[in-house]
Amino acid sequence: MGMDRGDGRNPNQMRPLACSRNLLHRAHGSARWSQGNTIVLAGVYGPKAGTRKGENPELASIEVIWKPKTGQIGKQEKEYEIILRRTLRSICLLTVHPNTTTSVILQVVGDDGALLPCAINASCAALVDAGIPLKHLAVAICCGLTEQGSLILDPTKIEEQAIANLVFPNPPTSVIPKGSSTSAEEPFEHGIITSVTHGAMPVDDYFNCLERGRAACSKISEFFRKSLQSDLPDNASKAS
Amino acid sequence: MAANSSLEIDGDMEVDAFRRLFPLRYYEHYLGQSVRPDARPLAHARETTISLGPVTSVDGSALVKIGETTMLAAIKLEVMTPAADLPDKGCLAVDFYMPPVCTPNVRPGRPAEAAPVISKQLSDVILSSGMINFEELSLISGKAAWMVYLDIYCLNADGSLFDAALLSAVAAFSHLKVPLVSVNDNGRVTTVTGELLESKSELELVNKERRKLSFKSLPFSLTCLLHDKYILADPTAEEEDIMDTLVTVVVDSLGRLVSLYKAGGVVLANTSTVKDCIALAKRRAAELHNILVESISEMEVD
Repeated sequence: MGMDRGDGRNPNQMRPLACSRNLLHRAHGSARWSQGNTIVLAGVYGPKAGTRKGENPELASIEVIWKPKTGQIGKQEKEYEIILRRTLRSICLLTVHPNTTTSVILQVVGDDGALLPCAINASCAALVDAGIPLKHLAVAICCGLTEQGSLILDPTKIEEQAIANLVFPNPPTSVIPKGSSTSAEEPFEHGIITSVTHGAMPVDDYFNCLERGRAACSKISEFFRKSLQSDLPDNASKAS
Repeated sequence: MAANSSLEIDGDMEVDAFRRLFPLRYYEHYLGQSVRPDARPLAHARETTISLGPVTSVDGSALVKIGETTMLAAIKLEVMTPAADLPDKGCLAVDFYMPPVCTPNVRPGRPAEAAPVISKQLSDVILSSGMINFEELSLISGKAAWMVYLDIYCLNADGSLFDAALLSAVAAFSHLKVPLVSVNDNGRVTTVTGELLESKSELELVNKERRKLSFKSLPFSLTCLLHDKYILADPTAEEEDIMDTLVTVVVDSLGRLVSLYKAGGVVLANTSTVKDCIALAKRRAAELHNILVESISEMEVD
């Protein structure tokens, strides 16, 4: 069925993505990620010496500060901070710099739906810009369900009914070709790092969201890699 | 101490010390046989009890224990003017407290970072599942409606806090009886207590009797811990400390998936793991529904 979305996109189409890095010169790493009108600016400072009380000193710790566009900091911001912290912890190599703290500060510049995936993508790009060692990249996407029960990708704020924010890993491309795997295991990119849903949905629709999300994430991964690689020859050393 | 190349427990070291020093290896001995150290099978949740109405000063309350995790939920209703754009709907405010009594990690100057997160998750789940029909909370359209204050106190934090909190909220709502209200001469709507009712018989009552709310569907949740290939249902605080990948699945009595919450973690969940977690959650939801229905009928007998 031809679905008319408010801005004329078809159900499987994402809003235009834009990523620019190295915007803040005082920060060790920074990135700005935008999906249509949803824009998030991420700044990374670290690794700094010392961990917070109660954290394991044998591992690096990640601290996330979320600044909303307007209003005071409340429970919603704390929830985003915790989700982001746990997601970023699982992609960073924590044993490389033990007993250090890396701070990721996020500023919401525009919010038009799919805010959490935009923030995760921005913080990942900022971590790469800062040179923090990562196991692999993480790409995030938001899948929504309309009232009629059909699936749309990257919903805007008005379209947000029942949504699933999904984060998948983006494994490094290997130089050595992988041996053929005869087992029926799913490839690495299919594992879910983070999934946060809002609104009730039938179980099958959730699995459809997963399928569509994985397919769309491979496209976002390509975009990510291209934008990271294009900056490499011109990138001046941060130490200077 | 003899250096062992295999993973056998050294005879000289006490089991307790081994449990503290190498918790993950201690657990892996048991996980291979699909049990936990206290002989609970991996897919089983801890013993759950619900007690309705422990607090008499509020309109609805419930005390829930899942293993050692204890939650006390209390609901108070207050009359308020509804918002201009939603004149027929009541309102809900959810708050989750972790006082220092529940865990040694919380002190008055060091609030738990989990508390606002669980509080937000609870209000999201209760609103998404459509459990409460807000139109039912309206008294006089545009002028008066009920504001529901749900407060949940954690009295003992031993893992699976969200599960226990949600169950206590659902149980408290099942126990809730909407108080009687009357309109006085100035047009103000006030609540009527028992003594007032006996003295003034000409009070005009807006609702005739203390009614219970009706629910479209009840949400129940199950938290699972993922480690390697194992799925541990309903983890204790000790297990949550050692293994960090938690998945919380909330299903409702209509069979819909209300929420699937997985925030990071070392283990990546693939489709088969997600399917298993959802199946475990559905089984647990049926169990919890039975326990809730039993405690409601027990209370009504009294």
